[in-house]
Amino acid sequence: MKILVGQGSCGVATGAKKTANEFVKQITSLGLSNVIVDKTGCIGSCFLEPIVDVYNDEGNLEIRYIKVQPDKVSDIVNKHIVGGEPVWEYGILDVDQNFLSKQKKVVLRNCGVINPERIEEYIAVGGYKSTEKALTSMTPEEVIEEIKISGLRGRGGAGFPTWFKWNAALQNEADQKYMVCNADEGDPGAFMDRSVLEGDPHSLLEGMIIGAYAMGASEGVIYVRAEYPLAIARLETAMEQAREKGYLGKNIMGSGFSFDLRIKAGAGAFVCGEETALIASLEGERGMPRLKPPFPAQKGFWQRPTNINNVETFANVPFIISNGGETFGAMGTEKSKGTKVFALAGKIKKGGLVEVPMGLPLKDVIFEIGGGIKNDKKFKAVQMGGPSGGCIPADLIDTPVDYESITKTGAIVGSGGMIVMDENTCMVDMARYFLDFTKKESCGKCNYCRIGTKRMLEILERITRGEGKDGDIELLEELAQKVKDGSMCGLGQTAPNPILTTIRYFRNEYEDHIYNHKCTAHSCKELLTFTIKDNCTGCTLCARKCPVKAITGKVKEKHLIDQELCIKCGKCEEVCRFDAVLRD
Amino acid sequence: MKLVDSGCCCGEGCEKPDFSQLATVLEAYGNIPGSLITILQKAQDIYGYLSIDAINYISEKTGLMPAHIYGVATFYTQFRLSPIGKNLIMLCKGTACHVNGADMIEEAITEELSIGDGETTEDGIFTLNNVACLGCCSLAPVMMIKNHDGDETYGNLTKDMVKSILREVKTREQEVEQ
Repeated sequence: MKILVGQGSCGVATGAKKTANEFVKQITSLGLSNVIVDKTGCIGSCFLEPIVDVYNDEGNLEIRYIKVQPDKVSDIVNKHIVGGEPVWEYGILDVDQNFLSKQKKVVLRNCGVINPERIEEYIAVGGYKSTEKALTSMTPEEVIEEIKISGLRGRGGAGFPTWFKWNAALQNEADQKYMVCNADEGDPGAFMDRSVLEGDPHSLLEGMIIGAYAMGASEGVIYVRAEYPLAIARLETAMEQAREKGYLGKNIMGSGFSFDLRIKAGAGAFVCGEETALIASLEGERGMPRLKPPFPAQKGFWQRPTNINNVETFANVPFIISNGGETFGAMGTEKSKGTKVFALAGKIKKGGLVEVPMGLPLKDVIFEIGGGIKNDKKFKAVQMGGPSGGCIPADLIDTPVDYESITKTGAIVGSGGMIVMDENTCMVDMARYFLDFTKKESCGKCNYCRIGTKRMLEILERITRGEGKDGDIELLEELAQKVKDGSMCGLGQTAPNPILTTIRYFRNEYEDHIYNHKCTAHSCKELLTFTIKDNCTGCTLCARKCPVKAITGKVKEKHLIDQELCIKCGKCEEVCRFDAVLRD
Repeated sequence: MKLVDSGCCCGEGCEKPDFSQLATVLEAYGNIPGSLITILQKAQDIYGYLSIDAINYISEKTGLMPAHIYGVATFYTQFRLSPIGKNLIMLCKGTACHVNGADMIEEAITEELSIGDGETTEDGIFTLNNVACLGCCSLAPVMMIKNHDGDETYGNLTKDMVKSILREVKTREQEVEQ
């Protein structure tokens, strides 16, 4: 019998380590030598963590336990592991199974199934078969052709055909070429890559080895965020094991092809998602973009031909090589093939990592897989593509999730962040939030980006403070266009997208802020008014807690807030036990 | 600038800081081109931050201008130029956390500890840093507390939860000191 405890970052954050330790303690004290307690990566259903899977001796899943805090462990051990009868009331509910049944796992095929720290388990599910196939029975051209047939496009954001980049790098002769993986997942609100790195690091290594073979690179670098310590640790283990087994190093599998990898920890800069900036950072410099051409495929890392792909792109490669490009291409739409992993978060009931075939309507992702909006509030918009993307409003919820359809809305598929917003999310504040981010992350090279993002942010801050002026919206639109046109790299060119899409779909909210001094989402502090309703019992709690003594009233009589004194901190609303404070 | 945490080279309280650990790092990486970021990361791991002395020392050993090193150190959010408290609170300000009330969590931290982003408490127990994203978006709002024992992530936070977590950490620290 095997007890598998999900230990991705989300699992660990909800206490999975304590749960696992408790299992080990109890199993050991009972002397059950035939029971193994092991760890696995992210299962994707973050809202149910810590998740524990119990497999029988034949390797079949008996039951998936959810929200297993240490106090549930003794029940599970005594009744199930010893007694043989699963504790059904701790198991996953049928409705939550939907979260998984609508999905199609290609990239995440091994996440939550294997122990990412043991190469044997990866090999047991067919791992490194694709490497063997590519290196021993295919030419580099044939590998590239197979990727071309699959229609795989870069999963990092831009959606550029992968085969084209590999081919360009192959065509450029040089004494040394480099294969680089961009694992610097910088979009706030995205964690797809982290889950692959933590849950199935070998699939990334395999994708890189195959890609390196196709382009003729002998050295590879994984540029990974320093904020992902667990991912770095698991990658290091995986690389060590791959070296021992001869999948990395000299003359891999007797093919004559040599390739090795190292990790470079990023130091925190969103702009390093841009290829040339990432290269500058690899070289130990400030991560500032360089002019293209020359493209990295011509002159990249140390002026040598370099190819950069994202984690998810690489993780697709082993599947394509072993199953054929056509099998992969059969999934998805005409121009967007395969599946895409999304990080579903925000005001959603069942947040987590979902992988769906391209072309599935947004509605299915949010309502069928995600279970709808938290607390059954009204769905307002979904933000896709992070700071480079945009907001898609509720009436476009039937939009299929593919590169072309999403781009048409003004947003982008991006790396896969999908943040759901409800009626209490202010769209002007969302635009302000993203501009605050891009302003901080602008590297400062182009004037339009450096100064433009700052000026746009100032205007948005003014509007959310209730100091918006007539003409602000038009000024924002004008500036947005100029910043797009005047910036050299993707950061500046896309930074205005959150403003442009929110103006396009939620212009009325901007107007409400500017002309009526109202935030309809009741989110912008300066535009709120707190009043006390008639059902006030006069308990005096709010008056005692108010930090500026703005509330007056006698015991057992309705209280009153002095609007002149009120600083809109919301403390009264927070402490009121009778729901008698109205936020408007 | 006087260095407190790296001690001095002779142990007698002289003004010259002890960089023997950093010297080992520089022996390993000093001659590999493009290693500046790695060197700075390791230096920060050892001393907790990058002091002017440390930057000058790296400059001496690598031949890079101090201004160049300073330029790289200030470009990336990971690097700090001043010391931090024993517990580093990394408050996630990612999109999911933002829509789920990260600002409220920051308020709670400020109410409890009287520090804002980038500041350290007077007793040196806490430093607050707002970070772009910790990648635990489904558990938003999230914060991570890093100290000598490693790091711990806390999810689905409320104002009250944050305050009780901070109090717990503080009590633990005070017990250790006694």
